[in-house]
Amino acid sequence: MTTIYFDNNATTKIDPLVLKEMMPFLTDYYGNPSSMHKFGGQVSSDIAKARHRLASLLNAQPDEIIFTAGGTESDNTAIYSALEAQPGKKHIITTRVEHPAILNVCRHLEQRGYDVTYLNVDTKGQLDLDELRNALRPDTALVTIMYANSETGVIFPMHEIAKIVKDRGIMLHTDAVQAVGKIELNLEKLPVDYLSLSGHKIHGPKGIGALYVRKGASFRPHMRGGHQEEGRRAGTENTAAIVGLGKAAELAQLNMEIENTGVKHMRDVLEKGLLETIPDSIINGDTESRLPNTTNISFKHVEGEAILLMMDGHDIAASSGSACTSGSLEPSHVLRAMGVPFTFAHGSIRFSLSRFNDDKEVKVVLKELPAIIKRLREISPYKNDDGAEAPTRPCSC
Amino acid sequence: MWEYTDKVREHFLNPKNVGEIKNASAIGEVGSLACGDALKLYLEIDDNDRIVDAKFQTFGCASAIASSSALTELLKGKTLEEAEKITNKEIAEFLGGLPEEKMHCSVMGQEALEVAIKTFRGEPVEVHDHEGTIICHCFGVTDEQILRAVEENGLTTVEEVTHYTKAGGGCGKCVDNIQRLIDEATGKVAACEVPEPSARPQLSNIERMQLVMKVLNEEVRPRLQKDGGDVELIDIEGHIVKVALRGMCTSCPSSQLTLKNVVEKALQEQVEPELTVVEVSQ
Repeated sequence: MTTIYFDNNATTKIDPLVLKEMMPFLTDYYGNPSSMHKFGGQVSSDIAKARHRLASLLNAQPDEIIFTAGGTESDNTAIYSALEAQPGKKHIITTRVEHPAILNVCRHLEQRGYDVTYLNVDTKGQLDLDELRNALRPDTALVTIMYANSETGVIFPMHEIAKIVKDRGIMLHTDAVQAVGKIELNLEKLPVDYLSLSGHKIHGPKGIGALYVRKGASFRPHMRGGHQEEGRRAGTENTAAIVGLGKAAELAQLNMEIENTGVKHMRDVLEKGLLETIPDSIINGDTESRLPNTTNISFKHVEGEAILLMMDGHDIAASSGSACTSGSLEPSHVLRAMGVPFTFAHGSIRFSLSRFNDDKEVKVVLKELPAIIKRLREISPYKNDDGAEAPTRPCSC
Repeated sequence: MWEYTDKVREHFLNPKNVGEIKNASAIGEVGSLACGDALKLYLEIDDNDRIVDAKFQTFGCASAIASSSALTELLKGKTLEEAEKITNKEIAEFLGGLPEEKMHCSVMGQEALEVAIKTFRGEPVEVHDHEGTIICHCFGVTDEQILRAVEENGLTTVEEVTHYTKAGGGCGKCVDNIQRLIDEATGKVAACEVPEPSARPQLSNIERMQLVMKVLNEEVRPRLQKDGGDVELIDIEGHIVKVALRGMCTSCPSSQLTLKNVVEKALQEQVEPELTVVEVSQ
């Protein structure tokens, strides 16, 4: 039995067409594009082609694309670039629900004297744009707000955000790692300065990503060394991965329609089916503005890891926002920021689908999961009393 | 990946003794929904103080369910005296071991058992199951619980304590206090002895200044210097000791905690309890 892979926001299956296009660069065409000889130099046109394909997916210019080693490097580069370009400005605005590649950089910067505003989200996981407006300061160096949330799929109103931020002339970065390839982005119309994306979230290889830097936007390199990427990102090009990302971008553009019809349909069937068959289950996040492939469902009075492990027994792969491991014993920072009640917060499961899933797999999950939840609820001491009578140990988490 | 033994998987997927015992002789309940795990242990005890039946209900992760199942299996047929001696280590060993970060699940089993036995004997059960002071406010873990876990399992780092008791796994504000408890338990430092107030003479300003300098130079500074930090005495005004942090302390995220938990604490214990330490920039 093959795994039913519903964890595509974590990483995706590499598209066979992507791999096929990468292979020659892992075997025969191993040259360094910076070399003077034609054996090396010949691959630079393949890199240019990949850049062109990726720019096309974003409706950007090829020279606005810098290849990096992934989403995390892109995020780090964007933040440090904005700060270094404006040394007098010591304030950053972000949200409480960002990826750790943003949050942990911000926390690190706080220790180094920067002031960071973390915008709140409401129970649907949405921002209050007035809070953003009021947070902007003359010394704000950067606003960094994710395009779409990895855990809930909630899409932020990036066009409105961009208008608010750019009207004040402040630099804007968006971590669009989860949005790229799933929803249409048009950077000609969306005035962000920087945008991060990652290869392995769009059926490309791991270890490759890109940072979009708008023409004219200030930029300071994060990696110094050779003159690769026009001196904006040093290090010998990961040719095979760049070619793979280019192909993945091209395929994403071709398949965008499927994301919003086929994948969305499967997600909706799965979600509706689970809500109907499992009592006391709720969707986390704004269903009006959400990625077409993602659903985050909480089951009252059961714990996420237990659900995942039981699903794993049926070869169903998903993920849980409530990582019951020490270091992060508390439910996910995203669900906490949304104020999901703790009776639900510990039992959240994220299903994230892709074009490689099919209806049969959805049916299997719809068959197995209700029984799993029922079983775990039989073991649980909490029935339907909201846990109000049960707590015995003070706990303020 | 699931780094569970086959035994854990077995006791998770097919747990033994799930359910309630009607008219149980004793019930032990620990944890809460907010904490992410909770266990309700039911015991049926005969006239000879022997556990004839044990059942459980658990809300929690796979290892919490498996640990509860293991506990009930261990308990059946034992006398209360024998049961009392069961430690979290035995629960973990019964399961062929638990991943480090899941050891707190076995501790939960031990705690539920303790509560059940106390209840049965009519002994008072503290509000938070344990005597002592709460150290980790996120998970309501007391110093007694931490010390016990440290001693019974030979723990030496804060991370290990978090794995076993959850303490420190939330906001992380209590890690310095956990470290202090570990140091105490492992004999690195003597347990704090606050001198009797009556035994302490009133200090003159000069005596106070000299004592503060002595404690700072001989005890506090060497400790901070070990971590690349330092502290400098700027002034003393009444009972307010003004210091400036130096070295690594200036960029350390927990410098304010260090100020309170190390500098202020040492001065309060060894000079005067009324002292407060404030940071001034110089």
